[in-house]
Amino acid sequence: ENTKIRVKPDHSGVVTDGVKHSMNPFCEIAVEEAVKLKEKKLIKEVVAVSCGPTQVTETIRTALAMGCDRGIHVEVSGKDYEAMGPLQISKIFAALAKKEEASLIILGKQAIDDDCNQTGQMTAALLDWPQGTFASEVTIDGEKVKVVREIDGGLETIKISMPAVLTADLRLNTPRYATLPNIMKAKKKKIANMKPADLGVDMVSRVEVLRVDEPPTRLAGVKVETVDDLVAKLRANGTI
Amino acid sequence: MLLGKVSLTPALCTALRISPGFSGIQKQIGAAATQNVRLYASSQAAEVGNESQSFAINMFKGQINPSQVFPFPSVMNEEQTQFLQELVPPVSKFFEEVNDPAKNDSLEKVEDSTMESLKEMGAFGLQIPQDLGGVGLTNTQYARLVEIVGQHDLGVGITLGAHQSIGFKGILLVGSPAQKEKYLPKLATGETLAAFCLTEPASGSDAASIKTLATLSPCGKHYILNGGKIWISNGGLAEIFTVFAKMPMMDEKTGQMKDKITAFIVERSFGGVTHGPPEKKMGIKASNTAEVYFENVPVPIENILGEVGGGFKVAMAILNNGRFGMAAALSGTMKGVITQAVDHAANRVQFGSKIHTYGAIQEKLARMAMLQYVTESMAYMISGNMDSGSKDYHIEAAISKIFASEAAWEVTDECIQVMGGMGFMKGSGVERVMRDLRIFRIFEGTNDILRLFVALNGFQDAGKHLKSLQKALKNPLGNAGLLAGEMTKRAKRRAGLSTGLTLQGSVHPELSHSGDLAVKVIEHFGVTVEDMLLKHGKNILHEQFVLKRVADSAIDLYAMVVVLSRASRSLSQGHASAQHEKILCETWCIEASVRIMKNVKDLKSSSTTQVFKNMKAISAAVVENGGIVAPHPLGF
Repeated sequence: ENTKIRVKPDHSGVVTDGVKHSMNPFCEIAVEEAVKLKEKKLIKEVVAVSCGPTQVTETIRTALAMGCDRGIHVEVSGKDYEAMGPLQISKIFAALAKKEEASLIILGKQAIDDDCNQTGQMTAALLDWPQGTFASEVTIDGEKVKVVREIDGGLETIKISMPAVLTADLRLNTPRYATLPNIMKAKKKKIANMKPADLGVDMVSRVEVLRVDEPPTRLAGVKVETVDDLVAKLRANGTI
Repeated sequence: MLLGKVSLTPALCTALRISPGFSGIQKQIGAAATQNVRLYASSQAAEVGNESQSFAINMFKGQINPSQVFPFPSVMNEEQTQFLQELVPPVSKFFEEVNDPAKNDSLEKVEDSTMESLKEMGAFGLQIPQDLGGVGLTNTQYARLVEIVGQHDLGVGITLGAHQSIGFKGILLVGSPAQKEKYLPKLATGETLAAFCLTEPASGSDAASIKTLATLSPCGKHYILNGGKIWISNGGLAEIFTVFAKMPMMDEKTGQMKDKITAFIVERSFGGVTHGPPEKKMGIKASNTAEVYFENVPVPIENILGEVGGGFKVAMAILNNGRFGMAAALSGTMKGVITQAVDHAANRVQFGSKIHTYGAIQEKLARMAMLQYVTESMAYMISGNMDSGSKDYHIEAAISKIFASEAAWEVTDECIQVMGGMGFMKGSGVERVMRDLRIFRIFEGTNDILRLFVALNGFQDAGKHLKSLQKALKNPLGNAGLLAGEMTKRAKRRAGLSTGLTLQGSVHPELSHSGDLAVKVIEHFGVTVEDMLLKHGKNILHEQFVLKRVADSAIDLYAMVVVLSRASRSLSQGHASAQHEKILCETWCIEASVRIMKNVKDLKSSSTTQVFKNMKAISAAVVENGGIVAPHPLGF
């Protein structure tokens, strides 16, 4: 079903009430990579984490159905949720990584709703861990991780030590479809609940959204007969 | 027997306005076509017990039993709802992104990779209990998933349905614990596929006449199966077959040998089971349809399914149990094509305006929406009733199958019409849906037979009610109250007055007018049913013109009540769509009641009786002539 994206009447953001939310596609790829690493017995346990209101448990369950072992739901709702951005989330991830003694944090390179592309990088910085971002290939080699990264010029291969943060790009893998038996098994897996305060994280935002507008409607184009006409028109409307 | 032997005094006959000639002569019902209907009707009636809770059965008596229809059933607990909500997205995603219906149609099989994914997904064991490897869904949960399949690919739908809705359903319903343990786990994963084998070249609707034979082997440990079945879905793929065969059995009452049908679980590995090439069909091409031959197949006696000689009942129970699935699937199909039609109508400009602004298109889209709303409401009302433990849903299930298959055909046809030439083109995908849909009015009980079944079942119960009244007549003083009440009711109804029957309290106040319409129609319908019984008595069995019209009225009536229930719930719960649903409901009720009243009028009119006679004569002439009779207008 296609939902039309609507800007709130007060231009403070986009309408999210009643809109069906699902796992960010790049995060799906991240979950898939983690589950594959576990299936190869290169890692012991996969914990799926999500920050947000009650509905995010549905997304955590999808991750559990894909093969994660357990979940953590960090409850953030109301104004805190509206103001939540990469900085707050990366603080939460950093705290959890220390608490859980994680060796790897894998997330999507960016969320397709805000396109920030910051959380992975900020998390690594807060933890002072190496980062392998825009990964299109991940290979674990002892205590190190070889990451092939998609960059503007092509592909870059790096080797980083664990613990590390990786962010998943499109071509890393093709996420599996959750099967009904796996969804059934996932019901028995545990999801722990906690609040940012439990992790010592302050949720105050350093960013204030001034205004959100829809893209301007595209104006009709004008056809011209000759190059001279084109130049004249461009001069007339101040472009040159 | 429809109506038992009763003797009536002339005075009492007058009181009840029964013609004295009506005295229930015992007559063997010869019409083979109605044999099965009758057998099924009586097997179901035995389960009905004293007071049926089925709305449909009661409406034939002009009575309202709201217990199964109001309020609209809401049968899932929180856990079941949450579970179902988790299942819907992956299944939808799979059908949107992976399954390729056009490819399946042109290959005339479900792509191998798709089949594998469906098996991994658990789609082959949706209603098998979890401890036997299935997903353990309730009927309502199953309906919701089957709706998704119906929306995208009916060919896949039939492959899945032939396997689990009928193929191994018998094992689920009447199998012994040992049979369940042995067969269900592999069926759940799709490691083995199942098929339902009833139809033979000479036995389609007349299922009781099948000739496949099972004879006990000399050692007494096997039955030897011989025969051939045709048009078996999954016939070329299945490993496990539910096969119906006749067995000569001693009838204890008459001391004579009689052929009774028994159901068997037959494994291809038993040896002697072969199949023909895939049939070339108009639609559901992806589904494998083949002839299956049984040549001296040894079937261990442990593989008898249900009771020895009880095979017909088993067959009917299986078909009955799976019927709601069809309404659910087709409500999904309609949703899909309506979206396409709307997309076209909302964007196509002709004569300077978007075509959805024109009345002709508006009427089409509105009718399509109403038909989908009714079908969907029926599907989930029936699945809800079944999940609540009702055993009394066979008429409603038959009604829903008739309605859904015809509604889907009409809706898809109109979708093509709205889309114009584009609708006719293969690329749009709608012509495939149209071709896929045609079989739904034919298989799993043709709509013609099911109409007879609905009408006769209703008549049988109404007839029993009349019979009990006739009994009461024998002791009028002891039953004075009952008789007075019944006579007053009849007198009032025939005078067109209300008898106090009401849906107030069940129906939302905003729908009270439509509720009153439904009550008025039920009263007239009850009178008509009784009149037909009194006029024809047992011969009603042969009056198929009458039976069809009674069935059509019953279908429209049930449809009215179902949407009244659903729209009432939406209004009570303050859904955003409540006002829209109210209009759907009111419009449906207005048109349905017009159709019902026309049928009621026709059944009373002598000109319609003449029409029936004429049709019979026309048919006889055309049959005798091997085709059209009137010579060409040009003379050659």
